[in-house]
Amino acid sequence: MGDAVLIFVESLENKETWKVSKLEERVADKGGSMGLGQERGHMDHFGILYSPKLAWTRFAVGWQEYEKNPYDEVENPRGIIQMGLAENQLSFDLLESWLAKNPDAASFRRDGQSIFKELALFQDYHGLPAFKNALVDFMAEIRGNKVKFDPSRIVLTAGATSANETLMFCLAEQGDAFLLPTPYYPGFDRDLKWRTGVEIVPIQCTSSNRFQITAAALEEAYEQAQRKNLRVKGVLVTNPSNPLGTTMTRDELDLLVNFITDKEIHLISDEIYSGTVFSSPAFVSIMEVLKDRNLGKTEVWERVHIVYSLSKDLGLPGFRVGAIYSNDPIVVAAATKMSSFGLVSSQTQYLLSAMLSDKKFTKEYIAKNHKRLQKQRSKLVAGLEKAGIGCLESNAGLFCWVDMRHLLSSDTFEAEMELWKRIVYDVKLNISPGSSCHCSEPGWFRVCFANMSEDTLKLAMQRLKCFVGSIAVKERTHQELKNSRRKFRTKWVFRLSFQSFHDREQDER
Amino acid sequence: MEFTRNNNRQLLSKIATNDRHGENTPYFEGWKAYDSNPFHPTQNPQGVIQMGLAENQLCFDLIEKWLLENPDASICTAEGVDRFRDIAIFQDYHGLKEFRQGIAKLMGRVGGNRVKFDPNRIVMSGGATGANETVMFCLADPGDAFLVPSPYYAAFSRDLRWRTGLEIVPVDCKSSNNFRITRTALEEAYEKAQRSNINVKGVIIANPSNPLGTVLDKETMRSLVSFVNDKSIHLVCDEIYAATVFGSPRFISIAEIIQDMDCNRDLIHIVYSLSKDMGLPGFRVGIIYSFNDDVMNCARKMSSFGLVSSQTQFLLAAMLNDEEFVGNFLRESSKRLAKRHHVFTKGLERVGISTLKSNAGLFFWMDMRPLLKEQTVQAEIELWRVIINKVKLNVSPGSSFQCSEPGWFRVCFANMDDETVQVALERIREFMHQGKEEDGVSEKSKHWRKQNLRLSFSSSRLYNESLMSPHMISPHSPIPQSPLVRART
Repeated sequence: MGDAVLIFVESLENKETWKVSKLEERVADKGGSMGLGQERGHMDHFGILYSPKLAWTRFAVGWQEYEKNPYDEVENPRGIIQMGLAENQLSFDLLESWLAKNPDAASFRRDGQSIFKELALFQDYHGLPAFKNALVDFMAEIRGNKVKFDPSRIVLTAGATSANETLMFCLAEQGDAFLLPTPYYPGFDRDLKWRTGVEIVPIQCTSSNRFQITAAALEEAYEQAQRKNLRVKGVLVTNPSNPLGTTMTRDELDLLVNFITDKEIHLISDEIYSGTVFSSPAFVSIMEVLKDRNLGKTEVWERVHIVYSLSKDLGLPGFRVGAIYSNDPIVVAAATKMSSFGLVSSQTQYLLSAMLSDKKFTKEYIAKNHKRLQKQRSKLVAGLEKAGIGCLESNAGLFCWVDMRHLLSSDTFEAEMELWKRIVYDVKLNISPGSSCHCSEPGWFRVCFANMSEDTLKLAMQRLKCFVGSIAVKERTHQELKNSRRKFRTKWVFRLSFQSFHDREQDER
Repeated sequence: MEFTRNNNRQLLSKIATNDRHGENTPYFEGWKAYDSNPFHPTQNPQGVIQMGLAENQLCFDLIEKWLLENPDASICTAEGVDRFRDIAIFQDYHGLKEFRQGIAKLMGRVGGNRVKFDPNRIVMSGGATGANETVMFCLADPGDAFLVPSPYYAAFSRDLRWRTGLEIVPVDCKSSNNFRITRTALEEAYEKAQRSNINVKGVIIANPSNPLGTVLDKETMRSLVSFVNDKSIHLVCDEIYAATVFGSPRFISIAEIIQDMDCNRDLIHIVYSLSKDMGLPGFRVGIIYSFNDDVMNCARKMSSFGLVSSQTQFLLAAMLNDEEFVGNFLRESSKRLAKRHHVFTKGLERVGISTLKSNAGLFFWMDMRPLLKEQTVQAEIELWRVIINKVKLNVSPGSSFQCSEPGWFRVCFANMDDETVQVALERIREFMHQGKEEDGVSEKSKHWRKQNLRLSFSSSRLYNESLMSPHMISPHSPIPQSPLVRART
């Protein structure tokens, strides 16, 4: 792919009268560190685009287009539909009904008595004990109670954003690197690197094996880091994966444990989507693997850390609830002190401690949430199929990893950007191009499904279908499409007829 | 396990294993004593009274009343739940517009309505703790330094230095001129730093001052602005105690000063919070207000690491936009702080203890120099141990604020009820009286040296604390977080 060049989002005027910190210069250099996504306010952290040639203006304009013309069922039915936002909006009614039945939690009251003063004053970085207890129980429940978590090892932080950065501050520094499998959440470029000085070295994963991590890829990444004179401090994985929507297999997890044991490094498992696993295979947490391999109380046990959050599972990103779970007491102690820089509001801790302590509620919520996610995902997949588009088989997350390689004019990232622009401007769907997630293969897109109604999803798929039907694409043979395990793809020309896609033979995906 | 622990320790960062968080200092002894023997009016009347916690507990009744009258300020009540979804997904780092408007209005009001603050310049952070650290990340690089007039808030050493890699160069202020920050002292500190090849990037002050409880006068502020302007370095003003001013002279925000000065506004930055003025440290509301667009934009992106919970933003937006409530709250809070301050300082005066004249903050700066056996930090610590152990008051020794003169103590007065105030005063009276009775004032110090100065921990009488352990330590207290905090459930 060549050396990536970050895109400028903001230019920094060269001021002579005062000096900014090098960090600020890095902000300007590095495209505002994912600022673009958040610049727009209510989107996911997507905003960075690695491409040697793309002018920043084109990229920025895509997001501006959504802002200028956001879809609304009633007010603006021809507007751009937001599918780049990994939010879970499907289960608010469950939360709202719980709130209606539990007025005390909402109003700073416990057993009818006001505890406002205690909450207003509570800033202990050890966190509200009732909340931590409820949180670890919830985490265990999500994992089918196959593992138990100790509340004294949990550190509360202002969202997973803060948790990931804090772990970096604890585990690494300038000159160090963490290995991350691609494709990965673009926000990591900011969260792991920006203020910490730590580098990310990608573990290249490809569609040839459904983007799973291989031993070879791990070793290659490790060597690459060494060639760059970086000291590898650990591996960070997101499980379930963003943007793939898949859970890691036991083999992959075993591979990781072996790797970090051999290299004597850390493993961070960002399990922010652990509660969104809606179909089999069941979620296997890294903690379960360690337990099953009897690695408790070993050196490697203390080098495994989990990041969690309620932003995706409960759909509460605004509440800024993140957590670090570590088996290393020194890490817990250091991270706890660091959490001073981003504690969770006591008002929010109290509300959620009541909610998550209600085991009847959590059981019902987890089950219903899964069902709804699964249903919505199937609708997306079916809609994509009708448009002749396939996606990676997935069982988790709030998105699908969609394969539009056959729609590219060439097997390049430039072609990916061209296609992306057309989808934003012409199809009026805002989806995320794989290059923003550091995917090594052009043509993949992340498409979110959990932040809209069924009707909106239906409309989005209709638009997509029309679009695919109207463009001339390079033709591929049937054989080529089926044979997705080949490493090198030859280019074929393929012209779609203007017939309805129902007539077209569907590929097995 | 020790071997593995050490092995793994080498795999951690320097930041995780160094002491620059400042919490491994001897000062937590005071907290130990308090934690193991906390005062309770009925269940443990002989316990240690907490006077090291700069919290404002005087006006909760006003806020509680407002909450009862405004159920729609909560997104979780029947009245407010129709906003639940929108707020629950709101993670925009620009913050809720109404919240920013409320904060801007409050800041303007607290500054005497002489300045208007722009809501679009308001940037959130994880409390003032997060704000100060973020501002440092924006303004300086590892190895750079900030000048900090002493005595200063002890946790600055963590907030400004720990993860940022910055250094603090103290600017010593003396009691001879009431600890005023002089141009001379600033220049001296700056030059000294230059000679040691330390790159000074700015000055950070707290106005009103913690621990002094005083407000800066116009002349000093103008002098500060002109100093940073001359040197092209930054000025960060932590105005966290702005609304705790309870007498004259009035609080003047740096924003007001620069209105009438010819200076480079890109050098000026304000830190604010609701933790002291409104008594809401648990809600983690920190604010950065910079006059520099690049700093503002950078800080806003960094606020992702410490946004204010949208649930809390929503509640506070409603509260702070209720101008009648805010006006009433500020007036009432000032009144109560003034009264409490008066009761204490007069009480101390009567027994011969003087305090620095102050009109702000949640504490006073107590002068115990006459009671030191010698003017050394060691003697100050000895006296401190006596105060904790014998008088059973947890106060904060001046050395924990880097005060260059031994013998000063910060005593908090706004974190207790009226009865406890009387108990505290009574204990001080008794203690001073005892000293006088024995051999006259000059013998007081000899008397103490004979005492067993070791701390005794009587853990037998711990009262039943509430679920939330309300005596948790404020990060703005000079004493590090007690490692002995116990989970209560």
